[in-house]
Amino acid sequence: MSNILTILKKEFKSYFNSAIAYIFITVFLLITGWFFVSDLFLANQASLRGPLSIIPLIFIFFIPGISMRLISEERKSGTIELLVTMPVKDHEIILGKYFAALALLFAAVLSTFPYVMTISILGEVDGGVIFGQYLGMLLMGAAYLAIGTFASSMTRNQIVAFITSFLLVFIFFLIGKMLVFLPTSLVAIAEYISIDFHFENLVRGVVDSRDMIYYFSLISFFLLLSFRALGSRKWK
Amino acid sequence: MIYIENLTKLYASTPAVDDISFEVETGEILGFLGPNGAGKTTTMKMITCYMPPTHGRIKIAGYDVFTDSLEVRKRIGYLPENAPLYDDMNVLEYLKFVAELRGIRGHEKSSRMKKMIEVTALGDVLHKDIGELSKGFRQRVGLAQAMIHDPDILVLDEPTSGLDPNQIVDIRDLIRRLGEEKTVILSTHILPEVQATCDRVLIINRGKLVADGTPEELQSSFQGAEKLRVEFKAADRDAISSRLKELSQVRSVNDVSQSQQSYSAAFIVELEKGSDIREEIFRLAVQENWVLLEMYKEQASLENVFRELTV
Repeated sequence: MSNILTILKKEFKSYFNSAIAYIFITVFLLITGWFFVSDLFLANQASLRGPLSIIPLIFIFFIPGISMRLISEERKSGTIELLVTMPVKDHEIILGKYFAALALLFAAVLSTFPYVMTISILGEVDGGVIFGQYLGMLLMGAAYLAIGTFASSMTRNQIVAFITSFLLVFIFFLIGKMLVFLPTSLVAIAEYISIDFHFENLVRGVVDSRDMIYYFSLISFFLLLSFRALGSRKWK
Repeated sequence: MIYIENLTKLYASTPAVDDISFEVETGEILGFLGPNGAGKTTTMKMITCYMPPTHGRIKIAGYDVFTDSLEVRKRIGYLPENAPLYDDMNVLEYLKFVAELRGIRGHEKSSRMKKMIEVTALGDVLHKDIGELSKGFRQRVGLAQAMIHDPDILVLDEPTSGLDPNQIVDIRDLIRRLGEEKTVILSTHILPEVQATCDRVLIINRGKLVADGTPEELQSSFQGAEKLRVEFKAADRDAISSRLKELSQVRSVNDVSQSQQSYSAAFIVELEKGSDIREEIFRLAVQENWVLLEMYKEQASLENVFRELTV
């Protein structure tokens, strides 16, 4: 447990040592801010609907950027050799790194809180809906990050990691947009797999255990794959 | 302390390490010697639990590296080749990170860190990013992290590569001192380094163990014939040469005089194994009134042993 925390701290700090954290948070706030403010002034609507409509797309581009270095950089520089020959378990390495990326995502998502304060000044705030919307953003981001962690654990090249996770995430996103083209027998399955469908549920303020189970199983699945990929050095 | 039995590592069916067996005692400094690609690094990676052996087994302090990997890793300090470190951390942060992963906490953490900084003379660069450090400093940070938890076993892959001569001497002294209580395995292809630091040498070539012994043992067992180099202050080389040949136990005499130095005559005298005729040569010189400038036994250097075994 303490090893996870040590790795988490180190990785989180290194996001801020490089420009990644600042760029991510700044651009995230700029884009969501633009959508929030344009709704506010042009449509006279104070709600998170605008930013939330664009967030799945922002995440598709930015989250692979956050996760791509997690393990591939260690492979490239050879530091992985020192890390795994210390008395640290493989799952502690994966979780420490994943949680560090998650912490950065939380920081970015929570820094949109002034929008909520603006809404509460200008109109009615439905606490349940706001909670669902934030939960939706965090869970979707967390699922994307797990996919990115997996992509990063497979290669020593950060670009390859970025493209792989971008493609995987994009597939999960696109399935939801393709429903009309699918035969009716497959629609229910495709809908369940689609990341967007579950996000929409949460954004409406419906916190359903099915959506939670979907996100948690997606996260566990890809973290488990990362764990296996890291352990592949032990194959005889 | 370290027990290795029939160790084999195959990379896509070509063996990188081929059926190696040896043991290392506590307090021994073992030098791994071999040309590039001989399997030194692969062996070290298996000892440190980075990758498993294809066949055979390694036991460290009674623990198997594959099944009790965590126990083994606690007892080993490892410096991989080229000291891979996190370039974006500064030296102090990095040592703190390693100490925490090694389970060193509280007061002990700061005292161990202070000790390591002192031993490896990192005091001046503590707040520099590792990425900005020179090769020598990186190597020392690598050594510091390998020793921070005071391990029983140190595995050092080319610990002195990239260091300047003064640093090399410092690091060798450090390794010698550590080797009094700890088990050290180091790899190198610098031969004087082995002679200067190691109690025992293993020479590996193409994955196979080709020699095992102290540096002195290896030298004497691979010495074909004893050689003496003698130099006289005299002009008549041919006369001297023929007189030397008449001495008993002399196999051959080679004139190695430098032609421009006409006042001196130098010879390499090859003797029967185990013989010593320095006294006879001295008496001959006195008798003939030759002025003896120089006379010494030529050692078969470890270089010759190395070349003989690995070329």
